[in-house]
Formats: sequence, C-alpha cells, structure tokens
Amino acid sequence: MSLLKEPDYGTPAKDGPASISVEVDGFNVSVPEGTSVMRAAALAGIDVPKLCATDRLEAFGSCRLCLVEIEGRRGTPASCTTPVADGMVVRTQTPKVAKLRESVMELYISDHPLDCLTCPANGDCELQDMAGVVGLRQVRYGYDGANHLDAVADHSNPYFDFDPSKCIACSRCVRACDEIQGTFALTISGRGFDSKVSAGAGESFMDSECVSCGACVQACPTSTLQERSVVQLGIPTRSVTTTCAYCGVGCSFKAELRGDELVRMVPQKDGGANEGHSCVKGRFAFGYATHPDRMLRPMVREKITDPWCEVEWEEAIDTVASRMLDIAARHGNGAIGAITSSRCTNEEVYVVQKMVRAAFGNNNVDTCARVCHSPTGYGLKQTFGESAGTQDFQSVAQADVIMVIGANPTDGHPVFASRMKQRLRQGARLIVADPRRIDLVRSPHIEADHHLQLKPGTNVAVVNAMAHVVVTEGLADTGFIGARCEGYDEWAQFISREENSPEAVQEITGVPAEELRAAARLYALAPNGAIYYGLGVTEHSQGSTMVMGMANLAMACGNIGRDGVGVNPLRGQNNVQGSCDMGSFPHELPGYRHVSDDAVRQVFENLWGTKLLADPGLRIPNMFDAAIEGTFRGLFVHGEDIAQSDPNVKHVLAALESMELVVVQDLFLNETAKYAHVFLPGASFLEKDGTFTNAERRINRVRAVMKPKSGRHEWDIVCQIATAMGYPMHYDHPSQIMAEIAVLTPTFAGVSFEKLDEVGSIQWPCDANAPDGTPIMHVESFTRGLGRFVPTPFVPTDERSTRRFPLILTTGRILSQYNVGAQTRRTANIAWHQQDVLEIHPHDAEVRGITDGEQVTLASRVGETTLRAQVSDRMPTGVVNTTFHYPVTGANVVTTENSDWATNCPEYKVTAVQVALAHPTSLHRVEPAVERILTAGWVD
Amino acid sequence: MSDHDATEIRLINKVVVHFGYLPTEQAVTEVAEHVRKFWDPRMKRRLFDLVDAAAGDLEPVALAAASLLR
Repeated sequence: MSLLKEPDYGTPAKDGPASISVEVDGFNVSVPEGTSVMRAAALAGIDVPKLCATDRLEAFGSCRLCLVEIEGRRGTPASCTTPVADGMVVRTQTPKVAKLRESVMELYISDHPLDCLTCPANGDCELQDMAGVVGLRQVRYGYDGANHLDAVADHSNPYFDFDPSKCIACSRCVRACDEIQGTFALTISGRGFDSKVSAGAGESFMDSECVSCGACVQACPTSTLQERSVVQLGIPTRSVTTTCAYCGVGCSFKAELRGDELVRMVPQKDGGANEGHSCVKGRFAFGYATHPDRMLRPMVREKITDPWCEVEWEEAIDTVASRMLDIAARHGNGAIGAITSSRCTNEEVYVVQKMVRAAFGNNNVDTCARVCHSPTGYGLKQTFGESAGTQDFQSVAQADVIMVIGANPTDGHPVFASRMKQRLRQGARLIVADPRRIDLVRSPHIEADHHLQLKPGTNVAVVNAMAHVVVTEGLADTGFIGARCEGYDEWAQFISREENSPEAVQEITGVPAEELRAAARLYALAPNGAIYYGLGVTEHSQGSTMVMGMANLAMACGNIGRDGVGVNPLRGQNNVQGSCDMGSFPHELPGYRHVSDDAVRQVFENLWGTKLLADPGLRIPNMFDAAIEGTFRGLFVHGEDIAQSDPNVKHVLAALESMELVVVQDLFLNETAKYAHVFLPGASFLEKDGTFTNAERRINRVRAVMKPKSGRHEWDIVCQIATAMGYPMHYDHPSQIMAEIAVLTPTFAGVSFEKLDEVGSIQWPCDANAPDGTPIMHVESFTRGLGRFVPTPFVPTDERSTRRFPLILTTGRILSQYNVGAQTRRTANIAWHQQDVLEIHPHDAEVRGITDGEQVTLASRVGETTLRAQVSDRMPTGVVNTTFHYPVTGANVVTTENSDWATNCPEYKVTAVQVALAHPTSLHRVEPAVERILTAGWVD
Repeated sequence: MSDHDATEIRLINKVVVHFGYLPTEQAVTEVAEHVRKFWDPRMKRRLFDLVDAAAGDLEPVALAAASLLR
C-alpha cells in the first residue's frame, strides 16, 4: 500500500482493440476482449469493492467481495474472474450483492483484530476501507469463536513484520511473490480454516528463500505484512516521486515522509523502468542517507598524515581552487584532473566535466564507467554507431530466446530480472553464458536450455563460435544483412574459418561443441532473440572485442531494430549511462563526440566562452601511472572510492600518495579519503534535484525530498570551485544545467525538466525527429547508417593460471550489497551479507584442506588478502569468485593491471590466484560500519 | 626502460594484436588512429621517446603507427 493511491483497475489490462461494449450501472464502456467485468467497470468510473484483486496480479476470485449481477445470467459472479461479453449489462450495486458483500465482510471482521486505532495501517488499510464501502455496521457472529488472533508474528526480517493475526488469506502476497518477483518463496499452507501464509517450508521469512523485494508488503491489503518503519514512525504524510540511486535499472519510487523524515520508499506503478516493482536495496536500504557516519562539514589538511580540520565552505572551496591553480602553474594544466561519478546526477556530472574542460583547461576527466562499461561504449559505437543499449526493458516481454552473457540479473539487476523471469515462465527459451552457475540457470519454473559454462577469459571464442555456426549452417538473415549492414563478406570469411568453429575452440572455452552449436541454432532461429550482458563481458582484456562480437552475432541474425531483440548492457550503477552521455570520458564531449572534432568543439567554445583542447586527456589508469611518474598531481574525485573499487589497490594507493592534492567529495570518509587533502561532504540522492539515465537510456527525474544535510548542492560547489579558479560558472537551478545540456547535445535536444515532469521519463535520443524519445534504437537504420561487421579475432589474456597461481578469480556482486558497499554496509542489509566470502568448488577446497566457513588466504602476483571460504558447486573447478563490497577484505588488492586493449577497462574477471588455509592466528575481521549496526541492534 | 615506460609498449602492442586481422598498411592506420583518439599527449610523447631510444619490444606495426602519428 502507499500514501498516494494510484488507480487500481482490479485486473491486468488486455491487449487489443476496444471491441467489446458493455453497460455497467447504466454507463457504456468499450474494452478489449478478455477484459474482466471488474476492470471494465473501473474504466467506466465504477469501483467494485475488492480485497483479493489488484491490477498487478491475475484475477484470483477468492475474496467474494466483488460479486455483481449480470442480466441474463444466473447467480452473482465474481467480477474479477468474469470476462466481458459484447452487449453485457452489469449491475454492481443491487440489494442482493450489497447483502452478500456485507455478509462476506462480516466473516472477515469476525476473525480480525479490532485494533484499528492502534494498527500501523490505520488509514492505509483496504480491509478498513472496504468495511466502510460495504456499510458494515455489526458482526453478528461475535468474536469468541475459533480465530487466528493469537497467531505468532514473525519479526525476523529487518525491514518488515509479518503478523498472521491480521491476515485475510487473500493470497495477494503469495501471488505477488510468484507472478511479479518470481521467487515463489510464499505459499498458503493448510486448508479451509487452517489456511495460512507460509514462508518457505514453514520457516521464518529470514530463513526462507524470500529476497525481501517488498512485493508482498506492497500487495498486502491489511497490516499483515507491514514496513517496520511505518510501525515505528507512523503513516507518512507526504510523498515525493524520485528515482532509486542503486543499480542501472533506475526504478521510480515514491519517497513517503513525515515532515522531513523518510518513512518508506514505495515503487511507483507507472515508473517506466520498474512498473511498481522493487528490490531489497531500493525498497528498504535507504538508511545510509541518515547514518551517523555521514560527514556534513568540509575538512582540509596539509598532509594526509595530518588530522582533519573542519572549515567553512568558502575556505574549503578556496583551498581546492588555489591549490589546483598552484599545481597547474608549476606543472602545467595537464597536471590536474577529475573523476566523475555514476552515482551522481547528469547535471552534477555535466558541471564536473565542464569544470575540467573549461576551468582546468584540459580533458583529464574520466568516470567510473572506465572500470565497468567503457567497452560497451566503444564496441557499440564501432558497430551500431551509438554508445548505448538498443532496447527498453519492456522489450524483453517480446523475446523468444534470451541470451544472458556475463551478467547475474537476479543479484545485480533484480527488478529487470523479475521482468525477464516473467517472460521465461511464459515460455521464452534461455541461454546463459557464465563460468558460474548463477541463479537464473535453474530457479523455480525456469531452467536454461543451455548453460555455456565457459572458462573465464574465453567469451570472444564462444561468441565467435556461435557466429561461425550461424554463418556456416546458413542461418544468417541475409535479407537484413543486405539491407542494413556493411562489411559482412569480409567478416563472414573471417568467422567461417575452422579456427572459429565450436570444435576448434572447445578445448579453449571448456564448452562442448555440440552444446554450443545447439545454443547458436536456438538463438539464430528464434523469431526474436535478445542478448543481455554485464560486466562478465566488459571487464576482460578483450571486453571491447566481445561487445563487437555480440553486435556481429545480433546483426547476422537480424536481431536489431524491433521489440524483443537487441544487444543490451545491464549497467552497474544508477547513472553509468548518464555519466557517459554527459562527456565524462577524456576523449568525448557530451553526446559521445570526439574532442578533436573542430565543429563540435566550436559549438562548446562559443557557449562556454573559452578554448578547448583537441587532444584527449588521461584515462583513470593513465592518471595513476602519470601520478607515480610525477606529471599528474591534483585530482578531484567526485563520489567514487577508487581506493577500493579499482584494481591493483597497491598501485592505486601509490598513485594517490604521490599526489599533491586529492579532493574527495562523498557522503562518507571512504577509503580514498584516507589519501585526500580536502574532503567535501556530498548529498544523498534524497537531497538532490536532477536526473539519472538508466540502462535503457531512460532519463528519470530525481527530486529532493529534503534539503542537503551539508547545506550545499554538489553542482553548486563544483561551480564555485570553477569560479574561484577564474572561470565563472553559475546556475540558479539544475533545470538550467539540463537546458544547457539540451542545447549542446543533439540526443538530449528535446529534454527539459518541464517535459520530464509532464511525461514522467524520456528515453534518448529525444529531438525534433523523436519528440517523445526513442524506446528502441536502430529501427529503420543504424545510427551510423549501416551496421558494421567487425572481425573479432580471439586474443587470449596474458593472465594465465600457473603452478604458483593455479586458480582463476572472478569478482562480482550479490543482491543485498552494492558496489563498494559504502551505502549498503550502512543499512540493515548486512543481515544477509556481513563480509565478502570466497566461493570455491568442493574439489578445489578439498585438495587444499579447506572446509566451509574457514578463513583462507587469497593471493595473486600483486597482493594477498584473507576472507572466509564458501564451498559451493556453483563454481566450476579451477575458478573461484568473490565480491568487493567490504574494504576490510579488499578484494581488489589481488586484481591486476591487465585491461581491455581498447578502453583500459580492468580485467577484474580473470586473475590467477592461489587459495590456502589462513594461518590460525588470522582473525576474522569485522567491518567497522557493520559492527556499529550490529551494536545498534538494527539486525538480530 | 622503466616499468612505467613499458606500459605504452604493452598497450600499443595489444592494440596491434587486435587489429591483426587487417592488411599491414590498414592496420598501421587503424593503430595510429586509435592512439590519436584515445591517448593523452604525454603517453604519445613517451611512446615516441621509446621508439627513438629503441627501447622495449615494439611490434613493427606499432613502430610504423608511431611514425604516422608524428
């Protein structure tokens, strides 16, 4: 439930023309065939009383409150399960149905606590509402009979309570878990009077398979499943629509508050990306925004060994400006630069890159996308002409074969995963290419047709072999290729070589040739084949090659330019797409236009009133190298923790230690801040006004629900630094920044805050040709004109397992934690994950004498750390996996400097390592933030 | 040759390998264009210094690309 009631038509909409005409209570309405009487009535403006029905779930027909009378039919059918028929005449208000509804409600209330005045859902309870609607005035049965009022509540979940004494057994929670989330964690156990909602096999919610997405809480019409924050703080009194600041799905939420206190985040039903669904992070893990670790005052220090000294904003800004200018004066403009953040708004990112280009006088600006999806930008630009995914999320509902490569959507992009699983349960076929057996390979009602369990680092060999099958078996879409593409003949000649056949590469990839051939045929012959991929594609030394390889495969099969197909990156952070769009790369101005393009530069120079450099600047790894060399000495780090997230931490720290000035702007004193000279407190997403752009190019509004706790907006601080450096930058409001972006960036030409507020969200390109945005790209032609086939030879990584380091480490993420954990470690999400663990195959563990839960050392040629082993047959032999959510573990101490040949994106997914039992004296280390939350009793 | 100098050699040699499917002349052009589009000027300068010093193990295509870039 939520404070602002969105329209609920009772049952889902049906596709098709409104060809069926019915009369409801004297009003005529036309609806598509298959529409329920309840929905038709709602569309005619008549709400039929209901409890078990909601338009996000299929009709169930259990509550018997929605009974109606239909002329010419006997009885009183349930309007939710009765489809309309042409000419049907419906009566929703008759003495007969009124009496029936009142009787039904009497029965419900006879077994329901009469504690409305003290119930946390008082005023936000559908049972309470319906009792009023049906005019219930008495309960003739009394309250002394058999009932469920003593049923024991389950408080095991840190975010919501389950009080079965209030349950009306409508099954909405069970159906939400099944139909929307797709976890199937809940059921109705028992029969008749003994029917009750049960998590797992009669377990507590925490012990069950429940993933705490909140769908059940959202669906519950009573206070049976209730957010704990509502219990503690009360029903919210105001609501602000905004966008989640976690992953690249970019879910829309209603932030519901009492005064300035955030009570709960409720997924917005008409949010384009999520359509009313959520995950544990976006729905519940917002506590970090008010965590005591938040730093709210600017601080400076001369040396990183000095203690921090709090100062006023003006002094902090002057310190940054004067020291940057001093470094530039002594070592040249090229000695300073900045890193933008994919967690910040488009407007904030835009002003940072503008500050670098216009005030710093160079192109030394890069972004954290460097270490995740920069190969996506390169690869899709080379082949399709645009550095972005091709589809909207809704497109997956039309896919017949879904290929997931190097992504773990149920953990990394859970709300999109639910969408994907809905389609898979409808019968779409699934191919998973991943060394690890991710949940999607086999989960309730879903089983991959093919799990291509390839060896880490062999993606390109696999995708080439699939394309080899397509071309040599005559499966290519020659019509599409001939009309829409170029370079096919040369590419087909390359890909047809025997060296690219499944049989030739199976020793390299570990994927049996017949399995790979079958997967290729499945994808190629599907009416609609869609590719979804993640960092398991990009974070390799051949990441860019692999992106081009997937683009080749999609073009060869004609799987571009319509619903249900495409090549779709699942972006890691909330605004990775946007930060790249906004000109965060050192070689590109906003809109992915190269800095060497005189005409483009001229447009910016005219508006910005300054000359811009035509040479590209330093990429992040180049910044570190140049810092150690001594030619790069001043760095502004905006909302990133490079000391934890970037590979080969020893090298990163050496670079940071060698700098004269490191400025960190963040919510917390993160790992990078230990090497900073100036700390500028940042604002959480709840304090920001601006936009995020998600993985489907959807620009969503971010709206402030409270003032910045530090007293300043981040975009304004950046402008003040630029101004103090002699380049005046001033805006009164972020909408003015977006207006400037729209002027300078053709793909954003039609975007404004006003329009976003009007339509909700827009997918770029949004211009005169596409004023409503572009959900699907490359429909008539590719952005570059013809799609370009690029030969993609497989070049193995230099990183090889050896006798000393015989295993291969891959890194990834899990559902409850996010990136470096700075946010999620400061929430009750630690109830699920309090430390990074090392997943290791039982055989690899056994030969090393390792049992589940033991502390082990993880060592590579560049570093060593200790963490707890989790013995798991998810992993193939020879491969281990961990996360990098905890600085105490420092997983990136062991990852290396290897990177993608084209973009320098680090090769996180392939590190040769050895694992051994840790020395007995090696104690388990607890993350300080976790310790504080445990001590505070946020979780059991 | 310092460890850091080796970075430019390692990077450009990898670019060369990935354009290895092209005829040599075209590969030289593509490698030079890649460096022009993505490398900071100081990285290019170091590459030229390495070429002048005949340091490291530069691929012939990389050497030719460096000449083209000058």
